[in-house]
Amino acid sequence: MTDTQLIASSALKAQARALTEEELREIEHELTLYPDKRAVGLEALKIVQKHQGWVSDESLLAVANYLEMSAHELDGVATFFNLIFRQPVGRKVMLFCNSVSCYIMGCEKIKARISEQLGIDYGETTADGEYTLIPVPCLGDCDRAPVMLMDGEQQRNLSIEKIDELLAKRAIENNSGSGIRQ
Amino acid sequence: MTDRPLTKNIDMSREPFNLGQYRHAGGYDGVLRMFKEMSPSDVLETVKNSGLKGRGGAGFPTGLKWSFVPSGDNAPKTKYLVVNADEMEPGTFKDRLLMEGDPHLLIEGMLIAAYTIQANTAYIFLRGEYLRAEALLRKAIGQAKEQGLLGKNIQGSGFDLEIILHTSAGRYICGEETALLNALEGKRANPRAKPPFPQVSGLWGKPTIVNNVETLCNLPGIIRYGVQWYKNLGKGADAGTKLCGVSGRVKKPGCWELPLGTPIRELVDDLAGGMSGGYELRAFLPGGGSTDFLLPEHLDLTLDYDVIGKAGSRLATGTMIILDDQTCPVGMVGNLMRFFSHESCGWCTPCRDGLPWVDSIFRRLESGEGKDADLQILTEHLEYLGPGRTFCALAPGAMAPLGSALKHFREDFEAHIRTGACPWQK
Repeated sequence: MTDTQLIASSALKAQARALTEEELREIEHELTLYPDKRAVGLEALKIVQKHQGWVSDESLLAVANYLEMSAHELDGVATFFNLIFRQPVGRKVMLFCNSVSCYIMGCEKIKARISEQLGIDYGETTADGEYTLIPVPCLGDCDRAPVMLMDGEQQRNLSIEKIDELLAKRAIENNSGSGIRQ
Repeated sequence: MTDRPLTKNIDMSREPFNLGQYRHAGGYDGVLRMFKEMSPSDVLETVKNSGLKGRGGAGFPTGLKWSFVPSGDNAPKTKYLVVNADEMEPGTFKDRLLMEGDPHLLIEGMLIAAYTIQANTAYIFLRGEYLRAEALLRKAIGQAKEQGLLGKNIQGSGFDLEIILHTSAGRYICGEETALLNALEGKRANPRAKPPFPQVSGLWGKPTIVNNVETLCNLPGIIRYGVQWYKNLGKGADAGTKLCGVSGRVKKPGCWELPLGTPIRELVDDLAGGMSGGYELRAFLPGGGSTDFLLPEHLDLTLDYDVIGKAGSRLATGTMIILDDQTCPVGMVGNLMRFFSHESCGWCTPCRDGLPWVDSIFRRLESGEGKDADLQILTEHLEYLGPGRTFCALAPGAMAPLGSALKHFREDFEAHIRTGACPWQK
């Protein structure tokens, strides 16, 4: 390693945040399942994302340090996978299937309705930080197309009415007081 | 005996069988007898003789695949079984049914495969989005461990097996078996050069078998009821049953277990109820997004690997995607090209550069800005991205619907260019 690289890598290390006890406990469990530390990279990123909502540079560096691998290598993995978020997302992520069966069943109209109702396009988050809309490849529910995976729940046979209903519920939840989330 | 070995326990209106219910229905009987009465090479011969072909898409004979794994005293002690549960082929929804409907069937199949190749560790590589399958598999693995069907010295057999569930994070290329192995090792999921084949040098350089979920779910029946029963299940040349699905504008889209050799018409017209009111069948992809279009005249073909192969397509995943007369074929193929372009891993140049180019041409065509030369460029890509030109099968798979669409829907492509608009967008 050259001096410049050394300085760069120690500067990077300094930027890392401390992993929480819970994150460490979960990552340590994953380490018992694989013969090689590096294999846990994706699992560790998923663990961090589960707790933090997304994978910040500080989180990525923390995981890379912990697994004794280069941050660049881990970022190569992080950016390879569709479901690792390297920027903040809304509290609810809409993974919207836009593959072929959903296309045939009219998913583009459904997507247009979501965009119209929430004012966001693919890859965007609502101003209130509630929703992020992301296209995903085929969700494997083609006999009940169009579908999306929202907040961990598969929403099937989507229609304009169903979208309006789902989003109306959101309006009610939002208006029923801020205490629910605390 | 049953004629629906894959789905006999499945009823999606209730929770899947727990271990007790599964055993009550005869589950794990075959595997327990296998431990007592069969050597690994006996099982290998049985599976070879059964004629089982891989159900992930390629249709490679399972027994033959297994036979390449080194065995005997000089073979490496560490070997791996990996389940390809990264179902992500567009229009494919069959492995989800098996994992959500009868998770113990998969575990039993894994025990048989792992015993045959003498692997003591097995990874299930599961799609990250399959959250219900994840929860159900974790529960089933836990039950099997508790009851001594997994772990050390299973039921006094001297055989150990640990199953580890790995959930991915969404990337189609992980379905390619060597890319999957890289992903399991924590690397970017680029495919590996072959040889060496995973059977000899796979996960962490150890002999590894990667099998699809449905393939493994065929094994308990074969071991329990035997080769002759299994062969008799098929109506034609191919043995066994296959999960087949239909999606698109049909009355009752769904997924069913059918004997191989069943006419496609029975699947589309009887089980799926035929086309929805007001829609006509124009063409269909017989086995997911990477297969060539077939036409209504092909409905009387049977669901057989060779029969569909001779008609110029592939049975592949067995999940049909129906193109109706009111969906723009250029739009449909454009949708597929966007998918393949997005999911190219970027490792080899023809795929990384070629697919986005194809995608951009489709975007032009659909918005009415297509040029005459575009069809020639698309045709050239069939060769540039065809079999043998790329590192793996992703781009050649993408060329299957493209090539057949250029052949069958030529006039639709030309209409987009001639009129400067999509005729379906009124």
